[in-house]
Amino acid sequence: MAATKKHRRYGMVVDIDLCTGCGACMVACAAENNVAPAPERATDRTGITPMRVYPVHNGAPGDRRQTAFLPLMCMHCSEPPCESVCPQQAVELDEATGIVTQMPQRCLGCRYCMTACPYHARYFNWWDPQWPVGMEATLNPTVAPRSRGVVEKCNLCASRLHAAEDQATAEGQPMPATYVSACVEACPTGAMVLGDLDDPDTEAHKLAKAEGTFQLLAKLGTRPKVYYHSSRPWVRSLSERNAKEQAHA
Amino acid sequence: MPSFNDRNLIPRGLERCSLQGFALRLAPWLLLFAFGAYCIYLCLRFGLNQTNMDNRFAFGLWIFLDLTVIALGAGAFFTGFLLYLMKWKALKSVINSAVIIGFVCYSGAMVALAVDVGQPLRAWFTFWHPNVHSMLTEVSFCITCYLTVLAVEYIPILLKNRKLKQIPSFLVFEFELHKVIPVLAAVGTLLSFFHQGSLGGLYGVLRGRPFAYREGFAIWPSTFFLFILSAIAVGPSFILLTTKLAEKLSRKPLVRGGVYQMLGKTSGVLLTVYVALKSVDTLIWLNKTSQAAGFTPFEFYTFKPFGTWILFAEIVLLGLVPALLLLSSRMRARPAVLTGAAILACCGVALNRFVLTIQTLALPTLPFDEFLSYFPSWQEFGVFAAVLAYGVLVYAVSFRYLPLFPDEKQLTAPVETEELEYVSRS
Ligand code: SF4
Ligand code: SF4
Repeated sequence: MAATKKHRRYGMVVDIDLCTGCGACMVACAAENNVAPAPERATDRTGITPMRVYPVHNGAPGDRRQTAFLPLMCMHCSEPPCESVCPQQAVELDEATGIVTQMPQRCLGCRYCMTACPYHARYFNWWDPQWPVGMEATLNPTVAPRSRGVVEKCNLCASRLHAAEDQATAEGQPMPATYVSACVEACPTGAMVLGDLDDPDTEAHKLAKAEGTFQLLAKLGTRPKVYYHSSRPWVRSLSERNAKEQAHA
Repeated sequence: MPSFNDRNLIPRGLERCSLQGFALRLAPWLLLFAFGAYCIYLCLRFGLNQTNMDNRFAFGLWIFLDLTVIALGAGAFFTGFLLYLMKWKALKSVINSAVIIGFVCYSGAMVALAVDVGQPLRAWFTFWHPNVHSMLTEVSFCITCYLTVLAVEYIPILLKNRKLKQIPSFLVFEFELHKVIPVLAAVGTLLSFFHQGSLGGLYGVLRGRPFAYREGFAIWPSTFFLFILSAIAVGPSFILLTTKLAEKLSRKPLVRGGVYQMLGKTSGVLLTVYVALKSVDTLIWLNKTSQAAGFTPFEFYTFKPFGTWILFAEIVLLGLVPALLLLSSRMRARPAVLTGAAILACCGVALNRFVLTIQTLALPTLPFDEFLSYFPSWQEFGVFAAVLAYGVLVYAVSFRYLPLFPDEKQLTAPVETEELEYVSRS
C-alpha cells in the first residue's frame, strides 16, 4: 500500500496583496464545516472562526497609513506546539498529509492546546451548536458538527481531501498534489493556493519559494505550512513580533 | 425538643465552643458553599459560557487559583517528608493539620479542574490512553494519586475520633495504618515533586508563548524545578499561617513556639534558594530564550498595568524580602514579623502563578494582535467560593472533632494529662 501511496505535505500560500478583506473565505469555511450561527451573547472572542481575516496596518499616522488584510487559520505547523500538550491525544500531525488533525470526539475541552498555539487558531465551543429551524437542511453531510465543550480548528477541509483521494484511487491515481478547500474555492481574487509544498509542480510549492514569501512567527520554530506573500516590506515585517518597531523604522 | 449534644464526640480534654455557637459560626460558610455549588451546577449544566473566559483567555481565574492553592497545599507533603523521613520530630504537632490542609487544597483544586474542562466525563481517556508527552497528563496522574495518598493519610486522623476509637477493629486498622504512614509520606513526596513540577512545566513547555517558555534540563523546563522549589518554600509558611489562624480563632495555644520558628526558618532558607535561582532563570530568559524566539526583552512589560514593577514585586518585594526576614532569627522571633513574612511569601507564590497563567495569556504573540484583558464572571468567583467554603468547613469540623494538634491538650490543661501521652517533647 505504502508503495502506491505517496506522502504529501499540504500547505497554503496566501497572497496578502490580493486579499481585499471581503471575508468570503470565513463564510465558506463556516458553511463547509457546519459551524452553527453564533448565539446572541457570543463575541468576537467567543465565536468560532477557524478562518479569520485580520485587518493589519503599517502603524503610520494620517495619509501614510496603509492597510492590508491577513486571513489567518491553523498554520498546520510541522512542529505543532499544540500536539504534544494534549493529554487526550486528540491532536495529531498526520505524517501522510502534513495536516494537523483535531479529533473533537476525544477532546476533553481542557483548552491547553489553545494556550499552546501562538497563532490563536483554535476555538472552543462555548455553546451547544444550534441551528434555526429549517437551517439543518443546509448542513454539510460530510462534516460532523461538534458538541459543546470541545476545541476545534481548521483541518484543511479534510473531508474534501478524502473525496479527492477517493476519486484519485478510483482512477488509479496516487494521492492528488492539490485539492480545493472551501476557502480557496470561495476567494474571489484567488488570493489563496493550496497544494503539496514538496511537489515541485504545484503552484503552492513555487509560491512558497518565491521572493516576498514569509511565515508568521517563524522564529518560534513551529515551521508553519501556511505561507504569506506580499511585495510590501511593511507587510512582510509582520512575520515577527517586533513588527511595529520595524514598520516605524 | 431533645437537645443534641456533641460533647462525647469532642476529643477528651479539649475545650470546644457549644454546638450552637459552632453552627452559628459555620452558617455563613454553609451559605457561601451553597451559592458556590449553584455556580458549579450552572457551569456543568450550561457550559463554560457562564464564565468570562474566551478563545484567547482560554484559562482564567480557576487555573490561577488551582496552581496557587496546590502550591500552598505543598505544606502537607513537605511536612510529612521532614517529619517521617528527615525525622524532624517537632513537626509532629502540626502534621495532622497539614494533612488536612493538603487534602482540602488538592480535593478543592480537583473539583475546580473538573468544572474547568468542557467535557469532564471524558477525563477517563487521559488515564486509559495517556499522551505521555503532555505535562497535563503528568499533572492528572500525579494529582489523582497524591490525592488518594492524602485521603489515606486522613483516615488515621479520622479514626482518632473519640467515638470511632471505641470500635475495636477501627483501632486495629488505625494502628496498622500508622505503620505505613512513613511509606505513604515517601510516596507522597515523590508524587508531589512530580506534580508540583509538572504544573510548572505546563507553562514552561509552551514554545509558542515566549513569555512563559523556558529552556531546561532534559524534558523539563526550568519552571518545573522552580515550581517545586517555590511550593516547598511557601508550604511551611502556609502551615504556619493556618495554625496561627486556628489559634486566633479558637483563642488557644495549639503548638509550641519552637515549631513556628522551625517552619519559618525552613521557609526562609528555601525561599532564599528559590529567589536566587528564579533571578538567574529570569536573566537567562530575558537575554537569551525570549530573544531567540524573536521577542525583545521588556517588550512583555510595555502593556499597562503589567509593567516591570510586577517582576520586581514578584522577585524582590514578595521573594527576597520575606526570605531575608525569615532567615534572620532575630526578625523571626518577633511574631508580627514572622506572620507578615509568611504572608508575603504566600502572596509571592500567588503572584508568580498569576503572572505565568494570566499575564501569559494576556500578551499577544502575533504582531497585529492586541493585549487583552479579562475579568472573571460571578459564576467563576462562585465556584472558587465553593472551594474556599468547602475547605473552611472540612477544616473546622476536623478541628472540632479530631485531635488535630496533639500538643493542644497539654498546652491548655497541663495538669489533667493522665492519659497516655504520645506528644513528642521537642
Ligand atoms: S497553528 Fe496552532 S493549532 Fe495549528 S498546528 Fe500550529 S499550533 Fe497547532
Ligand atoms: S482542549 Fe481538547 S484537543 Fe485541546 S489539549 Fe485539551 S483535550 Fe486536547
